[in-house]
Amino acid sequence: MIQQLVMYEEELTQINHICETLARDSNAKAVLVIDKNGQGMASAGDVHELDVTSLSSLTAGNVAATGGIASLLAEKEFAGQFLEGEKISYHISIIGQRVILVVLFDGRSSLGLVRLRVRKASVELVGVLETMVKKSASGSGQPSVFSEITDDDIDNLFND
Amino acid sequence: MSFINYSSREINCKIVYYGPGLCGKTTNLQYIYNKTNPEAKGKMISLATETERTLFFDFLPLSLGEIRGFKTRFHLYTVPGQVFYDASRKLILKGVDGVVYVGDSQMERMEANIESLENLGSNLQEQGYDLAKLPYVVQYNKRDLPNAIPMAELEEALNPTKVPSFEAVAPKGIGVFDTLKAVAKLVLTELRKGS
Repeated sequence: MIQQLVMYEEELTQINHICETLARDSNAKAVLVIDKNGQGMASAGDVHELDVTSLSSLTAGNVAATGGIASLLAEKEFAGQFLEGEKISYHISIIGQRVILVVLFDGRSSLGLVRLRVRKASVELVGVLETMVKKSASGSGQPSVFSEITDDDIDNLFND
Repeated sequence: MSFINYSSREINCKIVYYGPGLCGKTTNLQYIYNKTNPEAKGKMISLATETERTLFFDFLPLSLGEIRGFKTRFHLYTVPGQVFYDASRKLILKGVDGVVYVGDSQMERMEANIESLENLGSNLQEQGYDLAKLPYVVQYNKRDLPNAIPMAELEEALNPTKVPSFEAVAPKGIGVFDTLKAVAKLVLTELRKGS
């Protein structure tokens, strides 16, 4: 059986709210929440010009590579990374060993402010993630969309 | 590990193309990218060396349409095939939902094929997966080359468990979509089983 992570409306609303608050309070350009496997989960701020799918995959790759370095050095993980650009900076932190929180910011903010606000948001995110993982495992009582899928449904996806 | 978003009604799955160096993993993704409608695909990302050898991974996000009102999104990854990039290969297998093993049909690549297949098995095991239980298909690429080994021999050496297998000539697209469809079907079927 494939392990699944399931996002329901309630948790997404909470995560979106945390992202929006973080984006506002840290004067960030954008905030992204990314699954460690590279799937974008939520975002806030000025994201319409960003290629969130590609950013999610590359950020997860970056975090995975950094995690690989950590284990070679017998470190549990490097919990955060900061990529400093001329105009845009990119702050990455791992939350609850499960998801990646990214804050993109420019000269209107500072690393100190971002770090401070990320710390608060992290605590809130951990709580929501714990609920999410529990619900994913138990199914949350909602009928799974997959139980009703037929072979024909799957075949129809591939009809050219 | 698939990610199901009930809020945006999306199913996200990760498929990894594995195989020895220069077997055509990146070529598979490039062909899929070139032949897919713009609205069904995202940007293809290749983290490659200056000589166009995959350094970390290629990535192609693909939408395959809707199933019971859920958008199905497949994230296709390749691994770097060269032997010394093993640490990177392990990372890319994390969270995998389906595997395509791309073998090189040429006689002189047989040893590399076998080594890569064994490497796939042990790297999956390290991540807690069992290849026998994962959605998994095999592709024999470069079937058009004069030194290609007969299919029966390849099957015996590289597909002992007799999973679905496909002959391919990736630059021409032969077998590329058949392989993708087969692994995607297996992934969705596995999701249903797990529900």
